[in-house]
Amino acid sequence: MKLRKGIPVIDQGDKLGFWGGKFGGNFVPETLKKPIEDLEIQFNKLKRDKKFIKERDRYFKDWIGTPTRFIKLNNLTKYIGGAQIWSKVVSDANGGAHKIYNATVHCLLARRSGKKVIIGDTGAGYAGKMLSMAAKKFGLKCKIFMGAKDIKRQQPNVKAMKKNGADVIPVYSGSQTLVDAVSECMRYWVANCDTTAMCVGSTVGPAIFVRICGWSTSQISRELKVQLINEFGEVPKKLKLYNCVGGGSSSFGFWNEFMDYDKKQVEFIGVEAGGPAKSKRHAAPLTYGSKIGILHGAAQYVNQNNDGQIEETESISAGLDYPGISPLHCFLKDTKRARYTAASDEEALKAYQTVTKYENLRPSLEPSHAFSVAIKEAKKLSKDTIVVINSCGDAYKDKNILEKKLGKKYVKSN
Amino acid sequence: MSNPIRQTFQNLKKERRAALLTYTVAGDSSNKQSLEILKSISNYADILELGVPHNTPVADGGQIQTSAYRAIKNGIKMNDVFKIVKNFKKIKYSKPVILMGYYNMIYQYGENNFLKNCKKSGVNGLIVVDLPWPENKIFSKKCKKSSINFIQLISPTTSKKRLKSIIKDSHNMIYYISMLSTTGGKLKVSPRKILINYNKIKKIDPKKNCVIGFGITEKTISKFKNTDGLVVGSQICKEITRSLNNRQNPVINVSKMVSKLRKKIS
Repeated sequence: MKLRKGIPVIDQGDKLGFWGGKFGGNFVPETLKKPIEDLEIQFNKLKRDKKFIKERDRYFKDWIGTPTRFIKLNNLTKYIGGAQIWSKVVSDANGGAHKIYNATVHCLLARRSGKKVIIGDTGAGYAGKMLSMAAKKFGLKCKIFMGAKDIKRQQPNVKAMKKNGADVIPVYSGSQTLVDAVSECMRYWVANCDTTAMCVGSTVGPAIFVRICGWSTSQISRELKVQLINEFGEVPKKLKLYNCVGGGSSSFGFWNEFMDYDKKQVEFIGVEAGGPAKSKRHAAPLTYGSKIGILHGAAQYVNQNNDGQIEETESISAGLDYPGISPLHCFLKDTKRARYTAASDEEALKAYQTVTKYENLRPSLEPSHAFSVAIKEAKKLSKDTIVVINSCGDAYKDKNILEKKLGKKYVKSN
Repeated sequence: MSNPIRQTFQNLKKERRAALLTYTVAGDSSNKQSLEILKSISNYADILELGVPHNTPVADGGQIQTSAYRAIKNGIKMNDVFKIVKNFKKIKYSKPVILMGYYNMIYQYGENNFLKNCKKSGVNGLIVVDLPWPENKIFSKKCKKSSINFIQLISPTTSKKRLKSIIKDSHNMIYYISMLSTTGGKLKVSPRKILINYNKIKKIDPKKNCVIGFGITEKTISKFKNTDGLVVGSQICKEITRSLNNRQNPVINVSKMVSKLRKKIS
């Protein structure tokens, strides 16, 4: 298995949509073959269309607000006393997280194809919130599928979705989290694909959804590359990019532009959700060596039992609480381009405390996982190493969990 | 020996009657009871589809999901599914049994091992919901080699070009999904339209047996009686749930229902 240079990773899949010959693909009911093929044709054409790119960039700039900040965390750097710690504050984006890029692109595609309704899944509620924002912006009706457990623990985002006019449909099957929300969303698409567009909220699902999402979030690394060159005059000689990985959309977007650099120069570190320290359950299929299986239309490493039933996950962060992982990350793992590890719930909470103590930055529980590993590793790194953590979500949505776990003083109001 | 699926359709052609196919979930509500249900409904049904429960089914509606979750909760494993088929076949060897499920279950079992056990237990056909054409090309060839009918699915969204290729690569039986829906949806397309599509399939290759599924219930089944076959699934699963909730015997109630269905197309 080999990662090729000079070709975007999203375009390195084979004819059937498999990366490295075995990750991804289109394991879908016959009914979805046609809408998926239509979307493939549309996307392949539009991503080469200068007018479309211009349109995308205009919305990214004027509406999402690009570029998001790239800042040095001076206090944290001093406290740690190793590598220089920087952050790409993607939570600056309109809506407060990276999910806005994919949502915007899907709405642009839906509008062009004449679809009036767009549906989507959500875990932490960010994908849903952003889709509801974008749908409103582009005049589309919006339905969001969300696990009943997640609806309870991510209320601020649920409220935002409803405020944007979206129907939030609770999913009560299975573990009542993201995995069931994606299943239910796909089922709805099976029954309504003639009138409805589907947006998969991460770099997961049938191959075309992996590609569209990766293409959209790559905005993050395009900005970062320019910002690094502005700051250091070049892409630093020792650069480490830390990102949390649930489905894998923010991390893929954070790394994409640096794919062709030698990993000795630009290293990618993906941090999965290890779950509660005392629990056997986790959402870290890459770290803990889960087997390849089929989930939501794609072959990937996925938590499952011997029979092939998908296993329930457990994580404090709803956005990472998914048993599978993007085929792109399976590919980056097996080609050894990226390194994957996990942080537990407790470690993520501790990192959140540390970051908010030293910096005016409030990463949500998802990026707190990445901060946890970055803080630990940065101690041992030289001063000329540049560590960048993608702060891809804001902790406002986690206020209930943080208050419960850490007490009121950690929760600022807004 | 001719494949029992082919044989069944041949016999029914002589009777000028559509085949009645039932779908129940293996292990619903227990391994023993699902076997009893198979035994009992096989007096009226011509071909038995047995669902392999999976916990992330992307094409099943509420009724079948409920049945599948019930079976999984009771701890059913792939080997139990084979055991149910084997025990059923001990008494009704010539009644065709088709396993229907999602590809991950086969993938984890290993394709070759899975087919070996299908053969051993007496499975005659396979429907793999999320392994469409052309992704299923290699596996369907393997099935053919093991004398197991790999049943291709066709839907209203299938393009003309695909239709021809799929029919060409299909074995003896084809499954036409009547409408855009998960299983258990209400029939939202007119029977006339469904039959137009059905006839398109038959025109391409009249020798292939084409059954219609999705939205087929006691109310709708008679409208399609001039076809090769009809599948009823969700309504049966719903009846099992209803019986359990009312503390009645699902075996008796489901048999009654299947007997009625059969009368409607006889």
